[in-house]
Amino acid sequence: MTLREIKELLDAEVLVGHDQLDKEIKTAFGADLMSDVLAFAKAGSLLLTGLTNPQVIRTSDVLDIAAIIMVRGKRPSPETLRLAEELLIPVLTTKYILFETAGKLYAKGIVGCMERVDDERAFT
Amino acid sequence: MAAWKGLTTNVLSHEPALYENSFPVEGGTYENAGHVSSQIKALLKGMKISKEVVRRAALVTYESEINICSYARSGKIVLRVTPEHVTIEAIDEGQGIVDIELAMQEGYSTATDRIREMGFGAGMGLCNIKNFSDFFRITSEIGKGTHLKMVIRIDKDFDGI
Repeated sequence: MTLREIKELLDAEVLVGHDQLDKEIKTAFGADLMSDVLAFAKAGSLLLTGLTNPQVIRTSDVLDIAAIIMVRGKRPSPETLRLAEELLIPVLTTKYILFETAGKLYAKGIVGCMERVDDERAFT
Repeated sequence: MAAWKGLTTNVLSHEPALYENSFPVEGGTYENAGHVSSQIKALLKGMKISKEVVRRAALVTYESEINICSYARSGKIVLRVTPEHVTIEAIDEGQGIVDIELAMQEGYSTATDRIREMGFGAGMGLCNIKNFSDFFRITSEIGKGTHLKMVIRIDKDFDGI
């Protein structure tokens, strides 16, 4: 799916990255714990999270996350948005809760960047 | 006290450095947390190193940087790139770690609420650093500080994803 289709599906608002909506997304990861995002999320995945602080953007930059969907209607601080603009990471916000957001995406063919945490980790 | 994983470091000091630099990290604040990691990632990206190695190096740097911001008074991150390895050292002046074995256990953390609000402090940081490094060593002196050394092999056959 493209980020544009994801935006429509989730009735989301684009906060950063209007020019990156043609980006193709195949996998996603959802968590509010950045240490888990760092441990498990894969490059090119969509990140679903309820956290809005600047470390969400830094974490996404480190991992080459394709875009961030902030769930439960969360809106990041101007500081977070500035960093996302600087690092060219799209940020969208949706009113759907994390469970619904993940379910809607899954129904459209987006899969988790891993199924279980005991799947073979790529770099260990 | 110390804990480690992988090969001994002696081999590495004989390799000529293609790049070496030290980056200061401010302790006790999150204002610039992650800034050094982004910088180091951008630097490595420009060096024709595979995406995977860059990603792992950025990840271990970032977890270390968050640790310095969370627990130390001040610190620095030293990056050294040789033809075969990326070495990252995180050296801080701070309270040090009382029990390294305990600190290395997944889920153990002494994090404050402030750290947890940022999405960290779940006792994963040092485990992540160890898992994503080929070589890892941690030494710490109570009241003085902590020294992490992470080495990632540059795999020339691996062209990334």
